[in-house]
Amino acid sequence: MFEAFIDSQPGSIALGIIWGIMAIGVYITYKVLDIADLTVDGSFSTGGAVLVVCVTSGMNIWLAMLLAFISGCLAGLVTAIFHTKFGIPAILAGILTQLALYSINLRILGGMANLPISFRKYNLLLTLSDIPKSLIMGGIFTVALIAILYWFFGTEIGHSLRATGCNQTMSRANGVNTNVAKTIGIVLSNGIVALSGALLAQYNGYADINMGRGAIVIGLAAVIIGEVVFGKIFRNFALKLLSVVIGGVAYYFFINLVLTLGLPANDLKLLQAVIVAVFLGIPYWKNSITKGKHKIKKENKGGVINA
Amino acid sequence: MLEIKDVYKVFNAGTVNEKIALSGLNLTLADGDFVTVIGGNGAGKSTMLNMISGVYPCDEGQIVLDGKDITSMKEHRRAKYLGRVFQDPMMGTAATMSIEENLAMAYRRTRHRGLAWGVSRPEKSTYKELVASLGLGLENRMTTKVGLLSGGQRQAITLLMATIQKPKMLLLDEHTAALDPKTAAKVLEITDEIVKNDSLTTMMITHNMKDALRLGNRLVMMHEGRIIFDVSGEEKAKLDVPDLLKMFEKASGGEFANDRMLLA
Ligand SMILES: Nc1ncnc2c1ncn2[C@@H]1O[C@H](COP(=O)(O)OP(=O)(O)OP(=O)(O)O)[C@@H](O)[C@H]1O
Ligand SMILES: [Mg+2]
Repeated sequence: MFEAFIDSQPGSIALGIIWGIMAIGVYITYKVLDIADLTVDGSFSTGGAVLVVCVTSGMNIWLAMLLAFISGCLAGLVTAIFHTKFGIPAILAGILTQLALYSINLRILGGMANLPISFRKYNLLLTLSDIPKSLIMGGIFTVALIAILYWFFGTEIGHSLRATGCNQTMSRANGVNTNVAKTIGIVLSNGIVALSGALLAQYNGYADINMGRGAIVIGLAAVIIGEVVFGKIFRNFALKLLSVVIGGVAYYFFINLVLTLGLPANDLKLLQAVIVAVFLGIPYWKNSITKGKHKIKKENKGGVINA
Repeated sequence: MLEIKDVYKVFNAGTVNEKIALSGLNLTLADGDFVTVIGGNGAGKSTMLNMISGVYPCDEGQIVLDGKDITSMKEHRRAKYLGRVFQDPMMGTAATMSIEENLAMAYRRTRHRGLAWGVSRPEKSTYKELVASLGLGLENRMTTKVGLLSGGQRQAITLLMATIQKPKMLLLDEHTAALDPKTAAKVLEITDEIVKNDSLTTMMITHNMKDALRLGNRLVMMHEGRIIFDVSGEEKAKLDVPDLLKMFEKASGGEFANDRMLLA
């Protein structure tokens, strides 16, 4: 049993990297913009579906990747419009797009729930029957993506996104159109998520209508694990993004472990939800303890300020 | 410079919580005016500044800045013309960004943002000098996240941000109210210096009547969403706190006034 676990490690590292790339997309909305965007469950599948349909109809793989990225961007744009133009709360806006995407993804897949793509027939970037190649490809994508995002968030527009996620009053007072900033962030995030879906479809050898189900939870798990483990030592933005991908790998390592230990696969989603809930709760619990202390301090000081 | 013409603002209109915050507000400021604004809680002082900044749309009336009607201009567009410092020291800065990144955000207030670097190298040394001029020792912490600074330090940085690109108007909403007396005095001193150096047209809301009398060339008192008292120049210089209380009583229609009403 344990040997099987060891043997399956390279595969789960590859999966962890692919989902880690998705988690970088989640990081942009959840951490930088402070928005929980549930579009990703849908846009992940969209990316996979677009890639498989394009490649199987004879398109160049890189062009297909680009289209998958753009399809995710469009999905994000819809959510951003719901949020900024219709005034719908971000979470609900994401849920609406996600719901709509189910129908759209089915249409992309030609009405099928599942569409195969064979690595023998097509020139794929990665596949689970060539794990070393997949690891290298995953690594290249990770490094390139982190480099691009590191540059982007250092630009003027990148700064306006960071400011918007932190303090909208300050951002507007300094001339930032916060709606535009949020839109750019949500669009970019979903583009990256769709790109990751396109990678997973190649790796697995098929696109599936349900492949993105629970993606947001996996993304959050990777973000939070990365933060808990490396938060104190990784201050640099690029390293923070790297810790998200490592978080994804750690997460798949852990999932693989509990499955090997005999957890029924059907209970996996339950476990995922519990893990993420607990990890999300930790900073809150920590905070409420320190806040309790803070209050006492403030009350003592208050007398002086009002005097 | 600034003309506020017959502006009305009602919050929660048509509900039990209806609140008339501004009721036919009229005020004209000349270039270089430094106006202190006083008035009891709920008089509409913050609402007035928020209307100038475009936080809320006007129900009625018109706001003209430097000959330009800005009544329906979006908040982030008006930012080009306005420097703002808020009562809450947390509001004016982005806590997760460094001191120099915050200043760089403010520096681009009047400009188009593109894919150039968010903070360029030459800017960094300019900001360092600027921060050094505050005399708070922050010039050695330029890459420190603003969230780690004290309220007074953050307020001083916000003041720099508000004036780093000379604004047509500087709007200060009780910007020293949350600070301890010593820090408040320091921030007020910096304020006065910056306003004088750049001869900025300024509106400063305060509950401290001594400050209201000591600073600026003009003083207005608000009550129930209107200006009830407006004095400037020589006349203002001659006033003292008891005078103000008497004025308030007379102008508000014999309403009982005490210093707590204005200071609270
Ligand atoms: N966003 C809002 N929604 C509803 N009511 C509001 C809002 N902003 C202000 N008000 C109300 O409008 C009135 C004027 O408020 P404003 O904040 O302008 O008073 P103020 O003069 O600044 O008072 P203070 O000295 O307490 O700061 C108050 O009755 C207030 O409750
Ligand atoms: Mg106020």
